Formats: sequence, C-alpha cells, structure tokens
Amino acid sequence: MPDVIPDDSVGLVTVQEHHFTEPLTLRSGRVLPEYTLVYETYGTLNAERSNAVLICHALSGDHHAAGYHRMSDKKPGWWDNAFGPGKPIDTNRFFVVSLNNLGGCAGSTGPLSANPETGKQYGPDFPILAVRDWVNSQARLADALGVDTWAAIVGGSLGGMQVLRWSIQFPERLRNAVVIASAPKLSAQNIAFNEVARQAIAKDPDFHEGRYADHDTIPKAGLMQARMLGHLTYLSDDAMRQKFGRELREGKLNYSFAPEFQVESYLHYQGEKFSTRFDANTYMLMTKALDYFDPAADYNGDLVECLGNTQCEFLVLSFTTDWRFAPDRSEEIVRALIEADKPVSYACIESDSGHDAFLLPIPRYHQMISAYMNRVADAVENGGEA
Amino acid sequence: MSKLTLEDLRSDLAIIQQWVEPRSQVLDLGCGEGRLLRFLRDQKGVHGYGLEINQDRITACIANGVNVIEQDLNKGLVNYKDNGFDTVIMSQAIQAVQRPDQLLDEMLRVGQEAIITFPNFGHWRTRLYLAGRGEMPMSKTLPHTWYNTPNIHLCTVTDFEKLCAEKGIRILNKTVVDESHQEHWAIRLWPALLGEIAIYHLTRRPL
Repeated sequence: MPDVIPDDSVGLVTVQEHHFTEPLTLRSGRVLPEYTLVYETYGTLNAERSNAVLICHALSGDHHAAGYHRMSDKKPGWWDNAFGPGKPIDTNRFFVVSLNNLGGCAGSTGPLSANPETGKQYGPDFPILAVRDWVNSQARLADALGVDTWAAIVGGSLGGMQVLRWSIQFPERLRNAVVIASAPKLSAQNIAFNEVARQAIAKDPDFHEGRYADHDTIPKAGLMQARMLGHLTYLSDDAMRQKFGRELREGKLNYSFAPEFQVESYLHYQGEKFSTRFDANTYMLMTKALDYFDPAADYNGDLVECLGNTQCEFLVLSFTTDWRFAPDRSEEIVRALIEADKPVSYACIESDSGHDAFLLPIPRYHQMISAYMNRVADAVENGGEA
Repeated sequence: MSKLTLEDLRSDLAIIQQWVEPRSQVLDLGCGEGRLLRFLRDQKGVHGYGLEINQDRITACIANGVNVIEQDLNKGLVNYKDNGFDTVIMSQAIQAVQRPDQLLDEMLRVGQEAIITFPNFGHWRTRLYLAGRGEMPMSKTLPHTWYNTPNIHLCTVTDFEKLCAEKGIRILNKTVVDESHQEHWAIRLWPALLGEIAIYHLTRRPL
C-alpha cells in the first residue's frame, strides 16, 4: 500500500469504459455484434487533441498500466515505472490511453462476458482474434475519445506487434511507433512454446473444453503450468543463475519430488498467482493471436513492402539476453524499415533480465525512451515541427 | 530544435558535407551524436541513418532527431542491400575496425560513393616521434598509448592510396588537414608529410 502516492505517479486512477454497438467484423470472418472496452487515461488531452499516446499490452497485461486504483493497492499498474509526471512518457505532456484488449479478462468483452445471443458466458465460443482485430477495436476507441492521430503508440512483446500492425493498417493515424522486444512474426520455437502452454491448459481435467464455468471450476493446474513455462522463457539463464543459483529451500536435499530448489518454488509461486487471476480461455486466445501475427503474409512474405506504406517514425528496442523475442527479431523489423527507407532508430539494451527487461526501469532503456518521447512532445507542442 | 549551420560543424565534417549531394541517401558509420547527419538533414534535405555502438551517443542521436541504428562495424554491413545508399561516410573510425580492407569493400557495396577520414600516420611529427624517441607516437589526434589504443590499424596516406589502387577504387576527391582541421597551402603541397587528418572521397564507379 502506498502511504503517500509518489510525486512521479499518475496517482489514483479510475477505470472507464466504452460500449460499442456497431458490430466488429473479425479477421476470422466472425462478427462481434457489440462489445465493451475498459480503459484508463493519464494526463490531459490538449485542445488540438494531438498529444495522445496509446499503450498496447502484452499477453497477460491489462488496462491498469500506471497509478493506483485505491490507497490500499499493494502495487501500482504493470508499467508504472515508464508513465507518470517526469517519467520517460511524461504525463505532464502526454495524454496516455491504456486499454484492456478484446478477449481479455480484466473487464473488456471476452470469454468471461455474456454472449448477447445466448445470454450465457462466451467461454470457449468467444471468437479467436487476430492482432488486427485489436487494432481495429482500438481505432474505434480512438474515435470515441476524439483522437484522430496518436502522437505515439507504445508496446512491448505482443504489444509491439499491435504497434507494428497500427503503422501498417492506419498509417495516417499515428506519428510515432515505439516497438519494444517484439518481432515481425513468431518463430517455430515461439509457436511451440505457446502450444505446450495451451496443451497444459487443454489437458487439465478441469478445463472441460473451455466450459469450466459450467462445472464451477477453473483449470488451475493447467494455467499454472502454462505460466511456469511462459515465465521461464521470459527470464535469461544468467538472470536465473543470479537470482536462484542452485539454492535449496531447506538447505538440504530431501530426496522427494516436492519443490526443493528455490527456482522451483519461485515458479510455483508465479504460476499459482497467475492461475487465480487470469482466465484460461483468454490465455488460449491471446497465444493464438501471437501465433497468427504475420503482417508480411499479406505481401507474399515481403516485410519491406508490408512496411512500405507506413508514415510514422519508429523507435525499435531490444534486450541483449531476451531469447523469447531475441534482438535478431527486432533487427528484422529495422532492416526492413531501412530498406523501405523509413525513419527508424534502433538500440539493443544491455540487460541480464531476458524478455522481462522491457518492464524494468533500466537506466539506458529509459533514457532512450525519454529522449525519443521528449522530441515527440516538443513536436506536439510546436505544432508538428520538431 | 534549432537547425544546425556550417559554423556548428567540426571542420573535417564541413569538408565532408560538400561532397554529399542534396536530397541524397547517406549511411554514416560511427555517427557519434549525429551532428553531421543533422546538418545534412537541416541544410541539404539529406535522408540518412547513422550507425553507432556507444549507447550514450545513440541516446544523443535520438534526442537530436537523427535516425541511429546500434551496430558493431566489425560485423560488417551484411544487413544492408547493395547500392542502397548514395554515400557511405566513415569519419575517424576505419583505423579502429578489425578489417579496414573488408569494411572498405562493404562501404562501396552498399553505397555508390564513400567518404573516409583517418589520422595520417605518415605525418612529419609522427615520423619524427618514432625516429627520435623510438616509441609509438602520441599526439592530439593519436592520444592513446600502444597497449590501450582503439586504433589498431593505423596507416599513412600512401598506404591508403595503395590499398585503393589494389582494389580498383577510384579517388574522386581528397584533402588533408592539420590537427585543427584546417587546410593549408603547404599541406596541399606535401599531404603525406604535413596532413594530420586525411579525407578521401571514393567510388567503384568506372570513369
């Protein structure tokens, strides 16, 4: 609990929501007749409506990126270190919008919501989404908020994929794209990790083909396994060695199959925590969206051509020990942007924290985002001229 | 952000910029804080990217609004296609890479033209230093001791021109300046002896 809210925090924030009644046709061909998006905003939209920044969340994120909901909250939002007064994305200068994506389980319409056609929970019948569906729904939220053009859209991992998709799909609606620890598409290895996670959930006897709500249960063990696997791919070998080494919980070997090493109990703890807060159908859906993402596929696999119509400037960042979204993958995006003659800057930040690094306040990382976003803010305040 | 003018530029960069065509595409290897690229953008409408390895300088480039890509020049330019740029520039860095000859080939693969500057090891003061003291020369342009210098492939103006001749690289322009980056009539007369910093404009294009 924050006794006092820090000066550089966005403070107490209120969750807002917008209900959309215009049907949304999805990439799969299915149609969402109506839906709700929940979101938070930080900072103030200027009179020209030109200082808006959108945050796109990753696999397990939601709309609560910064600040606190109530004084009793133990922790602030998931990306609090980057958003706030004087922080890398300065809420004194920007109006920041953070939403929970469609299909999520934190308030926006998703598998936990009631299907208006049946009155029953969607569960596994919720349509499988593609990244472009999220971007389309985010564009409608922008319309609802009166934002024609985002000063910048920012996202890491799956969030970075949404940023990339925005730049391709609505080139005139964003001026800057900040793509962090992301990739132009998943590799076979990455899809394989997702499939193992999905199988862990699907094979849990409590999953009931996604209809666990009807049985008044949740596939806790499956979700836990999925998260444990995911979590360990977000860390680096070095980070795990430093954090846990071969340290034993009780200082001795017990010759049992219960968790004995610290790393085991850590993973159990992470899995346990996640399995009670996250919905299994949402997890299945989000990992599918990750697997499907491949914007170049519409251009015969030519990423250069795919990015050829973008109109924004790009900042692409990666982290040295990230092997789930390795620097090479970010460099594929950069190479294509250079070949397409688009404005782009790129850095690979030194960090031993693996994929998780994108959420950490690493000084060099935050300095680069600050340098970039300050220039974006200067341009906004000078009416477009940097 | 105010626009950079010629007065804001280090004088070797002021010479380099004359050889860059307006509105052309430039790749600047070891671009530092991006001053040259910023000047070229502001004054000549040049579009370009800088490659840099130092993260503080990368941050400075970002703050300057210059496109900067983190890249180790020792790994070559494999990620750039042939003839993607009009001019590839490398200022005071060729002597610090592992294989200057290979990087030179790479520069003229991805660019139609190249501009290179390096400290001339054949300058009379360096020659005198080595001959007189019997020690590796140190000066304002070469401030390091032999064991910690990043300059692992120092060469003279004569060496460099020999390499170009062997590779069939044509010298479009050349000039040498003193340590304060000034040209001088005497340097023009005896560049190999009097020039401290050599500046070359090269191409593989036949005459």
